[in-house]
Amino acid sequence: MPKMEVDVDKCKGCYLCIQVCPKKCIEKSDKFSKTGYYPAKDAKEGCCIACLSCVRICPDLAIKVYK
Amino acid sequence: MAEKKLMKGNEALAEGAIRAGCRFFAGYPITPQNEIPEYMSWRLPQVGGAFIQSESEVSAINMVYGAAGTGVRCMTSSSSPGMSLKQEGISYAAGADLPIFIGNVMRGGPGLGNIAGAQGDYWQATRGGGHGDYRCFVMAPNCVSELGNFPTKCYEVAFKYRIPSMVLADGILGQMMEPVEFKYPEVDVKTLKEPEWAMGVNNGRAKRIIKSYDLKEGGVEIMVNERVKRYKAIEENEVAYEEKMIEDAEIVLVAYGISSRVCVAAMKQAREKGLKVGLLRPITLWPFPKARLIELSKRVKNFLVVEMSLGQMVEDVALAINGRANVHLHAKPGASVITADEVCKTMDKVLKKEVKEYAAVK
Amino acid sequence: MQLLNKHPESLLDVKMHYCPGCGHGIIHRIVAEVMDELGIRNRTIGVAPVGCAVFADTYFNCDMIQGPHGRGPAEATGIKRAKPETIVFSYQGDGDLASIGMAEIVHTAIRSENITVIFVNNAIYGMTGGQMAPTTLMGQKATTCVDGRSAKQAGYPIRMCEMLATIDGATYLERTTVHNNAGVLKTKAAIKKAFQNQIDGKGFSMVEVLSMCPTNWGTRLDNPSEATKFVAEGMLPVFPLGVYKDACAADKK
Repeated sequence: MPKMEVDVDKCKGCYLCIQVCPKKCIEKSDKFSKTGYYPAKDAKEGCCIACLSCVRICPDLAIKVYK
Repeated sequence: MAEKKLMKGNEALAEGAIRAGCRFFAGYPITPQNEIPEYMSWRLPQVGGAFIQSESEVSAINMVYGAAGTGVRCMTSSSSPGMSLKQEGISYAAGADLPIFIGNVMRGGPGLGNIAGAQGDYWQATRGGGHGDYRCFVMAPNCVSELGNFPTKCYEVAFKYRIPSMVLADGILGQMMEPVEFKYPEVDVKTLKEPEWAMGVNNGRAKRIIKSYDLKEGGVEIMVNERVKRYKAIEENEVAYEEKMIEDAEIVLVAYGISSRVCVAAMKQAREKGLKVGLLRPITLWPFPKARLIELSKRVKNFLVVEMSLGQMVEDVALAINGRANVHLHAKPGASVITADEVCKTMDKVLKKEVKEYAAVK
Repeated sequence: MQLLNKHPESLLDVKMHYCPGCGHGIIHRIVAEVMDELGIRNRTIGVAPVGCAVFADTYFNCDMIQGPHGRGPAEATGIKRAKPETIVFSYQGDGDLASIGMAEIVHTAIRSENITVIFVNNAIYGMTGGQMAPTTLMGQKATTCVDGRSAKQAGYPIRMCEMLATIDGATYLERTTVHNNAGVLKTKAAIKKAFQNQIDGKGFSMVEVLSMCPTNWGTRLDNPSEATKFVAEGMLPVFPLGVYKDACAADKK
């Protein structure tokens, strides 16, 4: 089951990942990070298909995908 | 055994740079220094170097900035309006501690001016010219042989202290033909050690960055102060000047470059009439021979600065002498040639107190 | 469980200063991945511009030089001629390349200089706070054209790929985008080709990448669709994607 994790220290809450995810696995967090952003949350469990679309679009290299 | 070769000033400068290890040149045509890029265009490939006629003086200085970042000995050249264009690049090179070499063949200015030799860019060369707190090492030859030999010293100082260096000549020196004796052995560039800051193929070492900025609070202050230490070392170790008939002189002519040649003639003329005239010729314009002027001004009462400008070096002379003696000025701007007769007439007036001092004794 | 996306070695693992949703981070990552895949990191020298990407000298994990505004192609020329064994790239924004550096980019293409240029076109000046760029669209608002760019005042946006394509020395010119996934994939292919061309000694290569600047476009930082829409609907019709030149350089002595 692929996993997608967001590094909340790097994420700037631009949500390009949310926009490109074909399975709508990603949501905005409602807790802000120490840099003041509301980061993207790790993909919903069981949703990620490891297409790497989020990885490809993330400007801050804040996403890791495991398979 | 050094042979003498009859060469044009501009070509001697180019050849001198190549002998000193220059292997990259970028420049743009501008009179009266066109022979420099022309000579470089066929001579550099002969020694395995690279030549580019750049699209402007601006791009030339930036090509040199890039090439210098790889540790390669490089050069650009120009004349007054083109030198103005290069100022930003020179400031960046100074701020990035890059050892670039510049050939500067002055012409009449400001603006388009004319194409004849002048000395109106002394301030530009020694007072930065570009923005920020920095210095350039500036040498002023007064003959074609010095044009051929000064590049070796310039590269040495540039690389030792990581500072831009410049030979400051003028259109007369650039165009005249005289015998050149190249004093120094040709540099074998294969034996030159690559500087430890130079960019290139890195074989796993840590990355190197060439840059001139630091946005952190106090960052640039630290960078500049570190440079100031090197500037002080240059001032202590690299001052050069020449003196003629100074020991019993009652009036000392102070002149550099082509004006110093006129002063030698004026000095001889005056001596024949019994006038005790001497000559101090600054060779390094920065660092300026302040200490020597201070020493001389304890004994000599009159200094006459002779320059083909409205009076630029005279400020440095007056600053050094600081009221201990009279400082006079024979200034002729706009590339109009000064004659020995004129200088002698002025000397007469000075000694008869018929002219107002530029800076009187306090 | 295996990590599918290792951090590229050619990019330092540090936080970058770019705004949320800015395209620079995407393009930096692409360039770094290409450098890794081509195995050129140890002999690459990059030229950082003046503009938001001035700090590229800190981010890329190779020798870097940062120089005056617009002069990257000239610096790259000097570096490449002095050390032809290196791979040299100039990374520039639209002010750096198409305004103050217009002479340098044109002549570097004329000389068919064997370097790679990454041209980030976001139709505005970022670092200095949103002034008009040579590539700003007609009617697009910027701080120096508050009512929108008008032809009478400021002419028309310049299409760099199209213009440089008229130059014989320009070997490879392609325009891509990073506003969506397909674009990112094509951008990487183009940048890889642009670097491979340099390795193969083919002459001047440039990839013009359309990019987002939410901060200065005034689009929402927490809703990227406004910015990506501006690229898709505003920029693409003016700056069509595609290959504008793809030729091997003529016989080079």
